[in-house]
Amino acid sequence: MPAHDVLVIGAGLAGMRAALEAARAGVDVAMLSKVQPLRSHSAAAQGGINAALGEDDSWETHAFDTAKGSDYLGDQDAIEILCKEAPADIIELERMGTVFSRREDGRIAQRPFGGAGFPRTCYVADITGQAILHVVWEQLIGADVRSYEEWFALSLIVDDGVCRGAVALNMRTGDVMPIQAKTTVMATGGLGRVYHPTTNGFICTGDGTSLAYRIGVPLMDMEFVQFHPTSLKESGVLITEGARGEGAYLLNSLGERFMSKYAPEKIELASRDVVSRAEQTEIDEGRGVDGCVLLDLRHLGAARIKERLPQIRELALDLANTDVIEEPLQVRPGMHYQMGGIKTDIEGATTIRGLYAAGECACVSVHGANRLGGNSLLETVVFGRRAGAAASQYAREASNVTVPETVVQRDLDQIQELFSRSDQGENAAAIRRELGETMRSNVGIFRTGEQLQSACDTIGELKKRYARLKVRHTGEVFNTELLSAIELGFSLDLAEAMAASALAREESRGAHTRRDFPERDDANWLKHTVAYWTPDGPQLEYAPVNIIRWQPERRVY
Amino acid sequence: MRINLKVSRYDPQSDGDAHYQTYSLDLPHDATVLDALIQAHGYIDGSLALRYSCRSAVCGSCAMRIDGQARLGCKTKVVDLVHQEGQEVLVEPIGNMPTIKDLVADMESFWGKVRQVQPWLHPAGPEPEREYLVPHATMLDLAGAMNCIMCGACVSDCTVLEVDPDFVAPAALAKAYRFVGDPRDQADGDRLRALTEYGGVWDCTRCNMCVEVCQKGVAPMDRILALRRKAIEDGFQDHIAARHVIEFEEQQRKASWMGV
Repeated sequence: MPAHDVLVIGAGLAGMRAALEAARAGVDVAMLSKVQPLRSHSAAAQGGINAALGEDDSWETHAFDTAKGSDYLGDQDAIEILCKEAPADIIELERMGTVFSRREDGRIAQRPFGGAGFPRTCYVADITGQAILHVVWEQLIGADVRSYEEWFALSLIVDDGVCRGAVALNMRTGDVMPIQAKTTVMATGGLGRVYHPTTNGFICTGDGTSLAYRIGVPLMDMEFVQFHPTSLKESGVLITEGARGEGAYLLNSLGERFMSKYAPEKIELASRDVVSRAEQTEIDEGRGVDGCVLLDLRHLGAARIKERLPQIRELALDLANTDVIEEPLQVRPGMHYQMGGIKTDIEGATTIRGLYAAGECACVSVHGANRLGGNSLLETVVFGRRAGAAASQYAREASNVTVPETVVQRDLDQIQELFSRSDQGENAAAIRRELGETMRSNVGIFRTGEQLQSACDTIGELKKRYARLKVRHTGEVFNTELLSAIELGFSLDLAEAMAASALAREESRGAHTRRDFPERDDANWLKHTVAYWTPDGPQLEYAPVNIIRWQPERRVY
Repeated sequence: MRINLKVSRYDPQSDGDAHYQTYSLDLPHDATVLDALIQAHGYIDGSLALRYSCRSAVCGSCAMRIDGQARLGCKTKVVDLVHQEGQEVLVEPIGNMPTIKDLVADMESFWGKVRQVQPWLHPAGPEPEREYLVPHATMLDLAGAMNCIMCGACVSDCTVLEVDPDFVAPAALAKAYRFVGDPRDQADGDRLRALTEYGGVWDCTRCNMCVEVCQKGVAPMDRILALRRKAIEDGFQDHIAARHVIEFEEQQRKASWMGV
């Protein structure tokens, strides 16, 4: 049976950064991912990564912007770490070889981003995530880190209350085996595919978040879902905030720069929750264009667009038949990011010994009720590094325990059950589509108690149908029908936690906007939602927010 | 829009050889080939295996041969291939690699060649106090090479690799250029020495296929030519093709001097 000191599940930026740190610490580390690492969704991050590098900027202003952006739900000790450690982590990425765009003097260039008081977003044109992901991968090739690629984690092994690795399926052979580890770092990214449409890739099904949830680790703040203000209408594909950072306008059907009504000072560069709500309001009040608003880049000129935003120009050409040099682009808010996730401390440790988490699947919490653009890539490198270091330290002190090979039996039985159900059984693609549409309609930008209750009911029904799901193809080699079915199970658990958390929170804060409770209610709701898995659905508890520096104020942009 | 999606099928677990299977699909007007395959997989035939994720041409998962040419499924619209209802679109796995199942290629040799060029920055000397100070134009040029998503399309359709499996091939060579062209990397000598040996930059026949099929504008062949130039400039001339270039340029110079 393979055994390692540290097993990192997920090989996007957070996972690879954690693995790199573990390799540097000299422990035996391995990564496991259902895709080759460069296929990870970190590659789709376009606009940039934040750090207070400028002479006039400071980590404190970055931290304040982040706390304010979080609608004061972010834990300020974690936010301090994020912003204080950002410059060193960015410099390190540069020294690893990231081809950051430069100022005239050769230093790293920075562009303005939403909700930020200073241009502090470092970028590689509009392929920042891809450029950093590839560079961190290069480092792991150099460090010769073991990588289980196209292995799918089925469950976490828990023995005597301690996490001891994972049971995983080798997608190429169908073999199911335990991979033992003294510590496990969960870094499986987002869960966007709970919605339809979403900016997220098809692999973003929340696997790791759900694996942790199922062994009793609480999920925090799952009601806070970010809708990105600029996604393409049909496909849901992301159009970077960097477009507005470079100066693009948002227009309604009357040609008005409507954001000046909602955010007189920052206009298009208010925080994402504010801009998405404004767009939806314009659309709902009849000032949209085909259910969208317009993103106008024309005044930036062809040269600037081609140099700084080449990818989104191409995406708009390919997927929306629009050349942004010539005409405005139809965009609308699209589900983009999950602020909540596996509850961790500032070292990435979860409530279960031996299990750590980092990146989008985790909730430290630095984003609170609304994440600022450019802070998610940053979170992956800062907290990926910290989780990797802490997990390595823990692994050094942990004793060796051998788990029995029979630990795989439960997963094997579950797979057999999926194969053996009635031929009239349900279809995964159909259930996922209905889940996505329910989440979009009822757990969207604006929510009501009635809609959220309806979402909870529908998800309950879908779970019952899921229990009758039939996997028809029983082959062992690359059985993607089987994997889609298992992923759907993960997504359903998370959707349930999201809808239940949202229904319970009777206030509006950050990205969670209740039409029936339109105000922020600090007296009753300045607290984290903490959801525990039970066989009867999520059980909700609450935890205090760590407010050490900035008291909540009214948010104006 | 109704089309017939003709897909190459191969399952190592069944006794039959590779064959084609046709799915009749009704698609929205703006559907991509990937959308079509996902529909077939989700609702008609779960046994169909393929890789995909971002559907926005950044993850590199869905390279496949469409109507005989390597492309990304997510970047290829069905309407651009089909001119009448019911027309056929042919989908096969990428070439120059073995197939694991259906459209899933075994990319082990691809990654092995990328590893062969030692694809990580080799800095030398003491690190600067902050970031390296480098020109924007250089970073912009390298960002063009970093735009490679390692999808394997160029390797699939590389005409040299078809006859010489030892050729390092366009993707890995473009990756090598990303370091040789990087002022922060100090291993140019070692890299160029290795790249001018058998299987390296001089084995490219300049057929331009990699440039044509690259979906990200990386233009691998141009990077290979840039590596050749740099190799000659830096004195790595002990290759028959390098000597040919040098001699040819010498003749050109003489000829144009005589012509003046």
